[in-house]
Amino acid sequence: NKLPFLVHCVLTMNKNVNIVDRPLTKGAKNEVSLSAFSYLFSEIVQYSQSRINSVPDWERRLSDLGYSIGARILELYSLREKNLKRETKLISLLSFIHSTVWKLLFGKQADSLEKITEEEDEYMIGDQSILVNKFISVPKDFGALNCAAFVAGIVEGIVDGAEFPARVTAHFTPADGSQRTTILIKFKPEVIERDKRLTS
Amino acid sequence: ERKKYLSILKRRGMTTPYTFIIVGKNDNPIYEAEFSLGQKRDSNLQSIQTTPSSSSSYQTQGHSLNQFILHSALDVVEESVWKSNSMYLKVVDRYGKSFISSFVSSGHMKFMLLHDKKDEDAIKNFFADVFELYVKILLNPFYVLNSPISSSAFDIRVRKLAVKYF
Repeated sequence: NKLPFLVHCVLTMNKNVNIVDRPLTKGAKNEVSLSAFSYLFSEIVQYSQSRINSVPDWERRLSDLGYSIGARILELYSLREKNLKRETKLISLLSFIHSTVWKLLFGKQADSLEKITEEEDEYMIGDQSILVNKFISVPKDFGALNCAAFVAGIVEGIVDGAEFPARVTAHFTPADGSQRTTILIKFKPEVIERDKRLTS
Repeated sequence: ERKKYLSILKRRGMTTPYTFIIVGKNDNPIYEAEFSLGQKRDSNLQSIQTTPSSSSSYQTQGHSLNQFILHSALDVVEESVWKSNSMYLKVVDRYGKSFISSFVSSGHMKFMLLHDKKDEDAIKNFFADVFELYVKILLNPFYVLNSPISSSAFDIRVRKLAVKYF
C-alpha cells in the first residue's frame, strides 16, 4: 500500500525541475489552509522564543523573518498585479500595501490607512483581527509581545525595497472592546523630504 | 581611444553588440552577460553565438569598457527613476553611437543594456522577461538578496532570451 507512493517519490526526485523553469503565474491562485499556516507560524514563534532573552528581541526576530519575505513580495506582486509599474510616491506605496498586499496575503484589504497628524513621518495600517494572531494568545508575563511583528517585518521589507526606508512596528490598540492591531510605519526624514519635493 | 578599441574589435569580428548587467542596491553588479551575435563569423561556426563573460583578452578589454560605460550611466538612471513610475525607462544615456537602456524593478534592481540598435519593443520585452526570471530566482529562500546570481539555468535562459529578441 505504501509502495506505489514511494515509487512515485523516487521517480519524481529524478525530475530536477529548476526554479527558473516553473511557471510563475500559476501560483497566483494558490491558497494555503489557515490551519497549516497557523501551525507553522506557532512553531516559528516558539522556535524564536528559545533563542532570545527579551521580548523586544523576540519581536525583532519575527520582524527579520518577515523582512526577507517583504522584499520578495514587492517584486512578485509588482510582476503579477501592477503590470510593470513602480511606486514613486509615498501615498501610492502605502495604498499598494494597504490594499493589494493585504488582499494577496490575507484575503482582504486592511481595515484602515491613517496618517498621524502630529508627526509628518508616521502612518498606520490598522487591522481589526490580523490573521497571523488568530490562534495566538499572549500570557501576561510576555508583556507587550505582538506576533504581528512578523507582518511588520513584511511591510518593512516592502518599503525598504522600494527605497522608502522606515522603522515598522506592530502594536495593540484597544478599540471597541477587542484588541486591534496597528502597524506603525515611521519613515526616515530623507524619504519625507524627497516625497515633498516630488509631489509639489 | 574608445573608437580605436571598437574598431579593433570590429576587425577581429568580435564586436559585442549587447552588454547586459543587473545592478543591485549598492551599485554592485549581480549579473553580467555579453551577447555577440556573430553575423560576421563564418558559416562553420554556429550562426548565433553568445559568448560567456570570460574569453580572449581583446574581448575582456572591450568587456570592461562596456561595463564601465554602463556603470557611468547609473547616475542618470538614479535620477530618472523618480520621474517615471514605469519600470521600463527607455534610453537613458548615450555613448558614442551606442545607447544605454534601463529597466528598474519595484525593488530598485537596475537592469541595464548597452546596445547599438534602437529597437524599443524588443528591448522592453527582453527586460520584462528577464525580470520574470529574476523574480523566480528571488523566490528561492536561500538566495541572499542583492547577491550575485550564480545559477547557470538563469544564465542559459537569459542568453536564450537574447537570441530570441536580438
